[in-house]
Amino acid sequence: MGGLEARTRSSAGIPLVELRDVSKHFGGVQALEGICLEIPSGAIHALVGENGAGKSTLGKIIAGVHQHDRGSMLVDGREVALRAPREGLGHGIAMMAQELLVVPHLTVAQNVFLGAEPRSNGWINRRRLSQRYEELAERAGFSLPAERLVGGLRVAEQQQVEIMRALARDARMIVMDEPSQALAGSDVERLHGIIRSLAAQGKTVLLVSHFLREVLELADTITVMRDGRIVRTAPAGEETEATLIQGMLGRPLNAVYPPKAPRPVEAPVALAVRDVVAPGVDGVSFELRAGEILGLAGLVGAGRSELARAVFGADRRLGGAVDLGGEPLPGNGPLTSLRRGLAMVPESRRELGLLYSRSAVENVSLASLRDHSRMGWVDRRSERNAARELLTRVSLSRATPDSVVGTLSGGNQQKVLFARMLMCRPKVLIADEPTRGVDVGAKRAIYDLIVGLAEQGTAVLLISSELEEVLGLAQRMLVMRRGRIVKELSSEEMNESAILAAAFSEPTVTEEAA
Amino acid sequence: MSADRETSPTAAASAPAPPDEPLTPPDRAAGLSSPLARIHWRSAGILTPFLILFIALSIGSAPFLTKTNLLNILDQQSATLVIAAAGTFVLISGGIDLSVGAVYGLASVVYGELAAHGWPPALAVIAAVLSGLLVGATNGVVSTYFRINSLIATLAMSFVVAGVASLVTAGNLVLIPDQNAGQIARAEFLTVNMSTWVMVIVVIVLGLVLARSTFGRYVYAAGGNAEAARFAGVRVNLVRVIAFALSGGAAALGGVLDSARVLEGNSTNNTTLTFTVVAGIVVGGTSILGGEGVVWRTVIGVLLIALIGNGYGLLSLNPLYEQITLGVIMLLAVGLDAWSRQVRA
Repeated sequence: MGGLEARTRSSAGIPLVELRDVSKHFGGVQALEGICLEIPSGAIHALVGENGAGKSTLGKIIAGVHQHDRGSMLVDGREVALRAPREGLGHGIAMMAQELLVVPHLTVAQNVFLGAEPRSNGWINRRRLSQRYEELAERAGFSLPAERLVGGLRVAEQQQVEIMRALARDARMIVMDEPSQALAGSDVERLHGIIRSLAAQGKTVLLVSHFLREVLELADTITVMRDGRIVRTAPAGEETEATLIQGMLGRPLNAVYPPKAPRPVEAPVALAVRDVVAPGVDGVSFELRAGEILGLAGLVGAGRSELARAVFGADRRLGGAVDLGGEPLPGNGPLTSLRRGLAMVPESRRELGLLYSRSAVENVSLASLRDHSRMGWVDRRSERNAARELLTRVSLSRATPDSVVGTLSGGNQQKVLFARMLMCRPKVLIADEPTRGVDVGAKRAIYDLIVGLAEQGTAVLLISSELEEVLGLAQRMLVMRRGRIVKELSSEEMNESAILAAAFSEPTVTEEAA
Repeated sequence: MSADRETSPTAAASAPAPPDEPLTPPDRAAGLSSPLARIHWRSAGILTPFLILFIALSIGSAPFLTKTNLLNILDQQSATLVIAAAGTFVLISGGIDLSVGAVYGLASVVYGELAAHGWPPALAVIAAVLSGLLVGATNGVVSTYFRINSLIATLAMSFVVAGVASLVTAGNLVLIPDQNAGQIARAEFLTVNMSTWVMVIVVIVLGLVLARSTFGRYVYAAGGNAEAARFAGVRVNLVRVIAFALSGGAAALGGVLDSARVLEGNSTNNTTLTFTVVAGIVVGGTSILGGEGVVWRTVIGVLLIALIGNGYGLLSLNPLYEQITLGVIMLLAVGLDAWSRQVRA
């Protein structure tokens, strides 16, 4: 093949990125094995798979964040070796990571042109900077004010800053790793609009996502991954949620949710919350019976997590009272709550949950170490046996009790957190986003755990941003808005539109005036 | 890591290696059967240079590998080792104690004055250690409940404490006439000085507490992720206060040992000691950011620094290079820690 021929073909047949037999391992773990993939120009290409299937790793290799060990990667039909994200950018490939990389103390325009500021004589030319920003924003259809500080922006807007930054470097392809994970409601819609308009402008988007519906809606082509290999790549039109799940798991997922038990109306009240006031919570009352699973829905910022923290005692309550098993629970800290039988799986396992550099066993036993110690000395045998038993019960997969928790997958980390709460033998469990960042298979395991706990008489308060999940598990539902409970829905009344209607409804004028 | 601690009587009683439990294969690989597989890279990182230096000095200098020289090194380092062992708790719990040098001086004065005024030596020791515990607890309260960064809080405290100590003595040495007051450091048992014995006991006890007690676990939790520890019911502030109190008490004990050895109290704010202690802990692989570390590695870290000093003396090299070597080793240790965090992330 002559050079001329190659050039004429570059716009037509040659994929933007092609991977040939690419493999990658981290230490002893084979993350990717024999990956062959072609990503054509101007398409939305999605990667789906369970946590640990290797989708993020693949995205990072394409963007130059990680380097593959074997095989070759071609951009525009030419073999490249990307040693850093900077070199990926040189080929027009940008990455939007899960953790956004913006500088909070700089303005929107400064962030967008970070490292590529227009200069005159070594000094940043502010006028040209804002001029170029306006041009870019108009061309790409964004409307963020140039002078806003990025630290004050919402996550969705910070993502737009990152996308614009990629566009400012003339990126032809943007790798997006779970872009909608941290978003809620209308922001997700807006992101989808942005992704579509990027494709319409001829940009290529590689979308790594857990949300199958989102993937089916947006992508032209979907690649399903499992255990570091590609299961298949097919046009999105040929896939359904069921076929994707089957491909990801290697087996059909018969039922996403375990069967629902009837609501225990006769059971004693396990948790009574009366007029609780806390930052973000404005006078909330509800009762929770033993064995009941009560869902708490609402938009992000409606005060659900704030309510959970106030009930658990992690935040100081400004007013109201909480009764646990008929006795008043002082809100003076998690320790008291745990000792009295109120446990909580917090919303962020990284910040509020786990010790990443310690073993699974130590993480599990942390909240009930007193039960496994004598006169202040840890009885390591009793600790270990109890922790192992619980880790088996939560079906911790492909990991040993001695594994350092930071090396586990998201699903396994969440299971470790659940095992810790099970060890406390709670009478009431608050589960705040129990399946965030957890893959499909592990989700079902966590659902089974929650239902199993309820069957044994534990009262569960379930908070989730995934409506389906609350609908699938809860026997009754409360909808929060602006720190108040605006609606209670019984099992028969529960459906997506009823919840959304309540979550979005404007409070009545009288309430607003008061 | 609790995994690579030496076996202890308590552990042997409560947690013997499970002989016939169904272990999964990966479990066995990391298992109790092969101690070599358990050696952590952090341990290797400090043991290797220590052993190399030890062997090199044994070959290069005839007087090095003698009982007298080795016991001398241990005895000279006993105060530093005691303080560094307790300081390890503070660093792991997420703080740093820069007041140990001043507390060391304060305890030296308290012990000297009380012993000079005819207190029984045992009571004088207790009083001096209590004064250190008190300063340490204050450090802890200030840096947790009052939310003042421990680096600044303990630095400020070191000025206060050193000032108080100097006020008491008006800047003079306090001579201790009572020979018995020297016993805690000078008495010999099995041909080894008492100060060395005190150090060995304190270090072993602290090492066991960190590795095997619930308090030890909470120390790791407090430094590894304070919010997560709080959500799991750990009283993070209390744990940190206790860690600081231990550090203060140990600094005082160190001051007592050294002033008993020379039979005089000296109020000097010993900043060199403070930095040697921090250097030893960090070189021993304890993370400056908290959450990781072990007492025995701190011991090796302190001894490595001591060996370097001893070696430069024995080989009569230019002592200026000693400081340069020490600085480079510290940078390497901290760099290794930063690198490991990056790899894990």
